[in-house]
Amino acid sequence: MSDSSAHAYWKSNIKIVMSLLVVWFIISFGCGILFVDALDTIRIGGFKLGFWIAQQGSIFVFVVLIFVYIHLMDKLDDRYNLESSKSESPGAESESELEDSQ
Amino acid sequence: MSVQIWTFIFVFLSFSLYIGIAIWSRAKSTSEFYVAGAGVPPLANGMATAADWMSAASFISMAGLISFLGRDGTFYLMGWTGGYVLLALLLAPYLRKFGKFTVPDFIGDRYYSRSARLIAVFCAITISFVYVCGQMQGAGIVFSRFLEVDITTGVIIGMTIVFFYAVMGGMKGITYTQVAQYCVLIFAFMVPAIFISILMTGIPIPQLGFGAELTDAYGGGYLLDQLDGLSEQLGFATYTEGQRTTQDVFFITAALMFGTAGLPHVIIRFFTVPNVRDARRSAGFALIFIAILYTTAPAVAAFARTNLINTVNNAEYSAMPEWFSKWETTNLISFNDKNNDGRIQYLGDAERNELEVNQDIMVLANPEIAGLPNWVVALVAAGALAAALSTAAGLLLVISTSVAHDLL
Repeated sequence: MSDSSAHAYWKSNIKIVMSLLVVWFIISFGCGILFVDALDTIRIGGFKLGFWIAQQGSIFVFVVLIFVYIHLMDKLDDRYNLESSKSESPGAESESELEDSQ
Repeated sequence: MSVQIWTFIFVFLSFSLYIGIAIWSRAKSTSEFYVAGAGVPPLANGMATAADWMSAASFISMAGLISFLGRDGTFYLMGWTGGYVLLALLLAPYLRKFGKFTVPDFIGDRYYSRSARLIAVFCAITISFVYVCGQMQGAGIVFSRFLEVDITTGVIIGMTIVFFYAVMGGMKGITYTQVAQYCVLIFAFMVPAIFISILMTGIPIPQLGFGAELTDAYGGGYLLDQLDGLSEQLGFATYTEGQRTTQDVFFITAALMFGTAGLPHVIIRFFTVPNVRDARRSAGFALIFIAILYTTAPAVAAFARTNLINTVNNAEYSAMPEWFSKWETTNLISFNDKNNDGRIQYLGDAERNELEVNQDIMVLANPEIAGLPNWVVALVAAGALAAALSTAAGLLLVISTSVAHDLL
């Protein structure tokens, strides 16, 4: 990968990570903690909304966030033909590596 | 058959399985010992990570803590799962890309510093050592209650078994044992939860039963409404309302999230997959497997709390079922008849309250309180042991890797 495309790759990578972390923060710290009392005024079935997000909903969102990340990063790696992310990467395999590091 | 015989059967079967797997998949090379030859499929690594990380605390204590904390218990739920998002986005892929054996390797190379590396080794060993003590305490409690040996003997039994397969199997052996332990622990957690959910709400999915209406036998109305009502009536804090300040909950959650993302025995699991893509995937799978337990736990907490209050409050002490006296002998439940009326008054007011219940027994006692069959009660014991031992094995491996690879 050339320097400029490595730079562009890294920029897209940061953008993906940052936007997902914004959602992560809003759901967990925002809805689950800071605005939980306001959301509790809304009721869905037997749940108060804020209470539900804090105890269950946020966990579902966390799972979705990681899978969105997996999907977006796979696409990004493909766009930049980053084969190394798919192939068996070297390092931990070789015994000599271990000797070097000691 | 009695609970004790069932427990013997389940514990014996599950331990034979773990040891069998450890022998079958034992490490044959250095790289297999440290990182399972970097050949673990992401799905298996997800399961192993889930078992590695869900410890005696998650299995035995968490639902019990939540049932006493109510909404404030949220910091455990969000803290311990939200950290996985940080781990998946900020740590796992990069560590795998680096592709060596340990976190101190990474720190040392990244910052070109041998002292930084030594500090990392010290942190890994300290964290693991403190953490492994808790797991062994959990295993000891389970052994002492269900096999009726004393806690020290229980700890020694648990330690011997873990030591045996961790040393022999290395990372490869531990990985596949943890896959089996995940299956045992999730089965053991879900079966009683599903039973109780059907019993109390008629809905077989506990995550939904949590927000559903109770059956007529349990007094009808929404579960959480009844629980709020009971809490208020007896002078406890309202279950669905927070008691701590927002900033407390905010910072405790943040601490637990960052702590989760930094656990050494979890981080090293991402060295065991073949490539960066699989590292990302296994973080996703791990959180799915964890979420199954973590979204059930608050439901179990609410069921257990409601059941406990309905069973004990204002009941006659002499008419209490067998589980009550068994837990009394471990001192984890204690009753003091302050007004000498022979009945249990379970109240929020410390002056008049006559019953102390240790929150750690809620998950273990829950199936008995709900009157489920003996084999379900025994299954929970086997699950709790799986949770404690899988985490202990992962931690022991971190300690041995840190000493053998990073320090010497």
